[in-house]
Amino acid sequence: MSKNDIKVALIGNPNTGKTSLFNQLTGLNQKVGNYPGITVDKKLGICKLSATQNAIITDLPGTYSINPTSIDESIVLKTLLNKDIKASPDVILVVADVENLKRNLLLFSQIKDLEIPTVLAINMVDQMDKKGITIDLSLLKKELNTEVILISARKNEGINDIKAAIIRCHVAAKASPLCGINSKVDPDYFDKLKEVSPNYSLYELWLMVTQNNFPETITKKEKEDLLAFKEDVSKLKKYQHKETIYRYQEINKILKKTYIIDKTKAKDLRGRLDKVFTHKIFGYLFFFLILLIIFQSIFDIASVPMDFIDGIFAQLSDFAKSNLSTGVLTDLLTEGIIPGIGGVVIFIPQIAILFLFIAILEETGYMSRVVFLMDKIMRRFGMNGKSIIPLISGTACAIPAIMATRTISSWKERLITILVTPFTTCSARLPVYAILIALVIPDKKVVGFLNLQGLVLLLLYALGFVSAILAAYILHKTLKIKTKSFFVIEMPNYKLPSLKNVFYEVVEKTKAFVFGAGKIILALSIVLWFLASNGGESYKNAAQNVTENVVNQNLNDEQLQQKIASAKLENSYIGIMGKSIEPAIKPLGYDWKIGIALITSFAAREVFVGTLATIYSVEADDENTTTIKQKMAAEVNESGGKLFNFPVGMSLMVFYAFAMQCMATLAIVKRETKTWKWPLIQLFGMGLLAYVASFLTYQILS
Amino acid sequence: MSTIATLYIGEIGYISEESLDFIPLKLLEMGCLPGAEVQLVQIAPFKDPLYICVNGSHLAIRKETASLIKILKASL
Repeated sequence: MSKNDIKVALIGNPNTGKTSLFNQLTGLNQKVGNYPGITVDKKLGICKLSATQNAIITDLPGTYSINPTSIDESIVLKTLLNKDIKASPDVILVVADVENLKRNLLLFSQIKDLEIPTVLAINMVDQMDKKGITIDLSLLKKELNTEVILISARKNEGINDIKAAIIRCHVAAKASPLCGINSKVDPDYFDKLKEVSPNYSLYELWLMVTQNNFPETITKKEKEDLLAFKEDVSKLKKYQHKETIYRYQEINKILKKTYIIDKTKAKDLRGRLDKVFTHKIFGYLFFFLILLIIFQSIFDIASVPMDFIDGIFAQLSDFAKSNLSTGVLTDLLTEGIIPGIGGVVIFIPQIAILFLFIAILEETGYMSRVVFLMDKIMRRFGMNGKSIIPLISGTACAIPAIMATRTISSWKERLITILVTPFTTCSARLPVYAILIALVIPDKKVVGFLNLQGLVLLLLYALGFVSAILAAYILHKTLKIKTKSFFVIEMPNYKLPSLKNVFYEVVEKTKAFVFGAGKIILALSIVLWFLASNGGESYKNAAQNVTENVVNQNLNDEQLQQKIASAKLENSYIGIMGKSIEPAIKPLGYDWKIGIALITSFAAREVFVGTLATIYSVEADDENTTTIKQKMAAEVNESGGKLFNFPVGMSLMVFYAFAMQCMATLAIVKRETKTWKWPLIQLFGMGLLAYVASFLTYQILS
Repeated sequence: MSTIATLYIGEIGYISEESLDFIPLKLLEMGCLPGAEVQLVQIAPFKDPLYICVNGSHLAIRKETASLIKILKASL
C-alpha cells in the first residue's frame, strides 16, 4: 500500500453482482482479516488502475440504503462517515442492477449527497436486450451529474472503463449533491442544520442526527449542536419518510427521460421456478433433498481425499523418522508438528465441499427462498427466517455462521441464533465422529441399502439440529429482551452461479479456516508434545522402574519398550493432568488418556484426534507408523476388552455433540455480543449439558 | 379496509397515501411507496410471510407488516 493509492469503497444493493465486480477488479489480491479476529465485513483488494496508479478497494456489505437496520448495514454507514484521512474513501463505486435501476438509484442518491466523488456502475447490461431495456447513457450521466459506466461483471465487460472513471473521478474536484434534501422537506430546519459545521456536507450532518453515529473527528460543540436536532424523534422519522419519497420522485423524473423498459419482453422464469421452490409441499421436499445431497457429498466425496491425506501424513512421519537423525527436534517434528498439521489438513475436503454448496445456494438466489419458507417456523423458536443460513453454514464452521447473523435486524432473534449455532454439527466434530463411528459402529447395511455408519452420522447431525432448535425455544421463552422484530428480504432473480465467485468464496473461507484454526491446532500440538515428553522425577525414572519391576516376566525387547513408553506417558506432565481429572470423567466411561484429549480439545474439538494421535505415537514408538484408527482400535481397557467399545464411543460422541469446545467461536461470540456474559453462558451451559448427556448415555448403554 | 395482507395470490393493488406513516422506512427505501402498484406473488406455507412484487422489487415481508399497509384495489 502506498500513499498515492486511491481508496475506493465498493457499495451496492445485495444481488447486484457486487462480489463479481470486486473479484474482477482485484483478482486474487484480496485480503480478509485474521481468524479469530476475523473481519469478513471489510474485504480489501488491490486493483491496478493504470501503469502508475493502484487502488485499494474495500468491499462493503450489500445494503439498500445508508440508513442501517442491521449490524451489516451499519458498517457501511460507519465507513462513509469516517473522516479519518487514512480510512475515508476517496472515490465511491456504486454498483447497480440494470433491471431494478430505480431502487438501486435510491442508494446512489444518498451516497451522492455525501459529496464524495462517485462512480456509478450499472451491471448486468448483457441482459438489457433480453429484458427489453434501453438506456440513454449520455443523458443519464448529465442528469446524475456523475460518471456512469455500463458493465457486465460476469462477462468481464466494462471493467477497464471503470478503472479509467475512478482515476478521472479522483482527479476531478469535489462532487456536488444530487438532490439536496433540504429544498423540499423543510428549508428552515435544514438551513439551520447546515450551519452547525462547514466541515461536513448537509447530508452527513443529517445522517449523524438520524443515526446517532458521530465520527471521531467531530468537535464537542458540533456534537452538542447536532444533538439538539434530535429532540423531536417523531419529526425526524417524518422527515426521513419525506426525504425518501422526495428521492424517489427525483429518480423517477430522471429515469423517465433516460430509461425505457419493454415489459412484454420479460420472461417468467422466476414465476415458474418459484411455484416449485416456495410450494408448501414441494418447496420443503426440494430443500430437504438439497440438504441430503450436501451431506451425502460431504461423506462420500470427501472420504476419498481424507483417507488419502491421512495416509500421506502417516507416511510423512514415517519418512522423517527413518531419515532424520534421532533427537529432540526430530521427535518434535514427527510426534508433534506433522500429526498436528495433518489434523488440520484433513478437514479441507469437507469444509471446501460445504462452502461450495453454500456458495452455490447463495449465488443462485435459492437461499432467499429457503428463508421465505422457514421464517414462520423459525419464528416459533424465537429466531428469524434468516437464521436458517447460519444454522446451515454452522455445519461447516460456527465462526462464519455467527458472522452471517449480522443480517438479522432484531437483536433478540440474532442473539438466540448466535447462542444456538454452535450446537449444529460443525466440520471440527466430523473427524471425531468419523473416527469413533469407524471404531464402534459395524460397517454393515441395514434395511438392505442404508449404511449403518452413515445412518449414525446422520442421527448425530439431527441431534445437533434438534438441540439447536430446542435450546432456541428455551431461550425464546426465558430471555426477556424486547426488540422490534422486523423482517424483509429480497427475492432475487434466479441466476446460474458464477464459477469464479463460487471458487473465490470457497478458497477464501477454506483458507481462513485452515490458517486460523491451524495456528491454534499447531501450537497446541507442540505444547502437547512437550507436556507428553517431559515430566518430574517419576517420568525420568520410568525406564529404570519398569525394567526393575518386570525383570521376572520374561518379556521380549519390544514388549519391554512398550511398557516403558506407557509408564513414561503416565508420569509425564500431560499424563498427570489426565490422571487428575480421571475421577470426574470415569462415570462417562473415559480413562485418563481420553481425559488428556478432552483437556486439549477444550480449545478446539478437532484437536481430539490429533491428541490421541500424538499420545499414541509417543507411546507406541514403533518402527511402522500405523494410522490413528488402527492405534485406537488396538487400545485395551483395564478389564482387557477394547477401550473404544460401544458405550464409550457413544458417550464420547454425545459429549462432543454438546460441549462448547472452541475458543475461536467463544471469541467471536464475545465480539458479536460485546460482552463475556453470552460466551460464558454458552461455555458452561453446553458443558453441563454435555456432561449430563454423556453420563446418561454411558450408564444406560453399559 | 384492504391491506397487502388481504390480497389473494396474483391480485394487484395500489398502496394508499394514508399508509405512509405506517410503512417502515426500510420498506419505503426498497420501493414500497404510496401510489405504487403491489402484487401478491406467493404466500409461504403456514400463511406467513408474504412474497410481494412492488415497484419492480420482489420482497418477502411478514404478515404483521403487510397488514399495516393499506391498499386500493385495482378495480376502484
